[in-house]
Amino acid sequence: MEEQKNDQSRRAFFSKTVPAAIGMLGVSGLLAEACKAPEEEEEKVSLLAPDGKLVQVSKSSISPQPVSPQEAREGIPGKKFVMVIDLARCKNARQCVAQCQKMHNQPAEDEWIKVFLMQDSEDTAPYWFPKPCFHCNQPPCVKVCPVGATYKRTDGIVLVDTDRCIGCKFCMTACPYSSRVFQWKEAPKSAESCSQPYSPETSVPSRVGTVGKCDFCPDMARQGKLPGCVTGCPNGVIFFGDKNEDIVSNGSESFRFSELVHDRAGYHFMAELGTEPNVYYLPPVDRLFDYEKGFNDLSDEQVEFYKNSVVKKH
Amino acid sequence: MKLDPKSARSLEFFTAQMVRISRPGMIGLAVMLLVVFGGIYALAVQVIDGHIVTGMRDNVVWGIYIANFIFFIGISYAGALISGILHLLRVPWRAPIIRIAEMITVISTMIGPSYILLCMGRLDRLHHLALYGRIQSPILWDVLAISTYLTGSIIFLYLASIRDLAALRTYPFKSKWRIWLYKFLSVDFNGNAAQNQYLDRALTIMSAIIIPLAILVHSVLAWIFGMTLRPGWHSTIFAPYFVIAAVFSGTGVLIIAMWVFRKVYHLESYITKIHFNYLGIILMILGALYAYFTFSEYLTSWYGSETWEMEVLYKLFDTNEYWWWFFFAAILGVVLPIAVILFPRFRTINSITAVSVIAVLALWVKRYLIIIPTLETPLLPLQDMRPEYIHYKVTPVEWMLTFAGIAMFCLLFFLFSKFLPIVNVVKVTEDRSYGALRQIVADRIIKREVKAFKLKERQKFAH
Ligand code: SF4
Ligand code: SF4
Repeated sequence: MEEQKNDQSRRAFFSKTVPAAIGMLGVSGLLAEACKAPEEEEEKVSLLAPDGKLVQVSKSSISPQPVSPQEAREGIPGKKFVMVIDLARCKNARQCVAQCQKMHNQPAEDEWIKVFLMQDSEDTAPYWFPKPCFHCNQPPCVKVCPVGATYKRTDGIVLVDTDRCIGCKFCMTACPYSSRVFQWKEAPKSAESCSQPYSPETSVPSRVGTVGKCDFCPDMARQGKLPGCVTGCPNGVIFFGDKNEDIVSNGSESFRFSELVHDRAGYHFMAELGTEPNVYYLPPVDRLFDYEKGFNDLSDEQVEFYKNSVVKKH
Repeated sequence: MKLDPKSARSLEFFTAQMVRISRPGMIGLAVMLLVVFGGIYALAVQVIDGHIVTGMRDNVVWGIYIANFIFFIGISYAGALISGILHLLRVPWRAPIIRIAEMITVISTMIGPSYILLCMGRLDRLHHLALYGRIQSPILWDVLAISTYLTGSIIFLYLASIRDLAALRTYPFKSKWRIWLYKFLSVDFNGNAAQNQYLDRALTIMSAIIIPLAILVHSVLAWIFGMTLRPGWHSTIFAPYFVIAAVFSGTGVLIIAMWVFRKVYHLESYITKIHFNYLGIILMILGALYAYFTFSEYLTSWYGSETWEMEVLYKLFDTNEYWWWFFFAAILGVVLPIAVILFPRFRTINSITAVSVIAVLALWVKRYLIIIPTLETPLLPLQDMRPEYIHYKVTPVEWMLTFAGIAMFCLLFFLFSKFLPIVNVVKVTEDRSYGALRQIVADRIIKREVKAFKLKERQKFAH
């Protein structure tokens, strides 16, 4: 019964959105490329590691030509990147987290995109809430950085230059959305990350004593591809695109950004903080999955933990 | 410089103590050195292994180091505000205690900022502050304010010491370097009328500069917290609140230092009960002000009861979390000093010092309670399976570095007192204020005698 209802709502959802998506196909080169991204993932190339051995790495993890530090500071001309996260589709599959960690060579405990279990009040239903960095237009983290290691670009992206960061962690206290992760210890270096020259756009390799966070994958955008979390999600929860072109895509569907946030009542998380995020949420209405589905792959301990931490009782 | 016989006698008294280290002094020195070396070891561990050896994690990104930083900058107020204000107001009894106060300022302003450095993930990139410094960041304000403050307070201490340095220049020390040092530092000061006039004017100007500077330093520090969007920090009264808390703890440390030096260097005839009484009363007034700020701060956030503010408040009032610490820091640490000092009958040198110790400890705990519970309460739910990411726990490395800072403070104080008399020697006898002080003491004694006499008379009649 539950399944059936879900299926119906899914069908209803598609019947509303698919025509819109078709109408927009071919509008953007970015999206055409984006749809192919998952197949390209698996291509391997050989590389010479620092220790003299030949290693196989996936092609996607090496950017063709790293951009100059100047370009990495300025941003991609003419773009305004936005993300839309459809809470109605999320079931805590955690593939965005995994893909992000893979792409940025992060250890399993460092999550640049986190999935929270939220419940606004005891009477409302809990929902899963994936949360990357919001790339705020009024970013408190950028405001407080004493050396300009965290900066805002013309394309809206907020990046961290770990070559410059002094590790004062002021940005971590300033960010109200817990988006920043500190490199508390030296991460084990893989051949893959070493073979790559550092750029704030790839955020790889990470450096001990500095700050890291979700970077909206500008290196992928330069290649016309979608960020790792977008392509990683099996449920198409996360849409990414360009506000100037007014288009967002999750890899298999695309929408006009303005229509999507308008029609589906897109909102900013904690807009009252005045940070003006570039990440929009679509409210968890007509859900595809029951939130408890999100517990499927978790240990009992984790489930217990999640259940206790939603809606704090005093 | 010619000294009057009285000053010459006190100079004799102090120089004798400056050149020799007593046995207990030796032991103390050894202990302090040991603790400092422990700190150096801990620092090496932290530099080599990274900040993973501290209790700080992604939510509580600033821990005990920042609490220590605020604490040390706070106690530096002893010299800046107390001695600055006493100087400006020409308070007669200030002479024997201002040197101690000014030393506290200089030493704690040197130690405090090193805790910021301990908190930095990349100490090796400190020069980036000069290369890429952004004036929009409150950290830069802090760097500028503290370095100006440190320079100012060193100048203040130096100017206030020139007369003594000149007196020491003529003293027949055995060691060559001392003679050379005092000669160099006293810049040909010979105490003629013109020089004295200039020096007094310079001192007045410096004390007028140092007061706003001190207020600024602590305000900037408070703004680092006040300007973030965090429950428990995002408060408009944070700057004055920090300033008051700082003078409160600074006065407390001054009283403790007076007690220690009085015992160690036998200064009973210089630092008297009157000094303790007056400073005790200042401490009491500051304590009341501090209590007032604390009350306003928590009352408004409790009454408004915004979700986030309440979460921090619940933690502070939860007996399983911070309640006992909060009780000690915000209630006991204020009520006790006020209660003891309020009644003249409880006021003794020892009791005033004891409540000062309590006040200073309470203020340290208060700084901890400002930093940690707020950072343990992010706006997003804390859904992390790693317990150390949810609750901050001070690690041995952090404790060792904390104690090393305190030991370093004592050590520097000890060394300073071997270079400069701990009491302003020339001032204390030359200054008319010393006479005034004696007058006060004499008046008091007479009053007490008269009272006792009257009492006796009355008893006689009663029988
Ligand atoms: S979410 Fe946090 S880290 Fe990201 S831009 Fe906004 S304030 Fe900065
Ligand atoms: S930790 Fe790094 S990025 Fe963050 S404020 Fe400090 S210097 Fe800037």
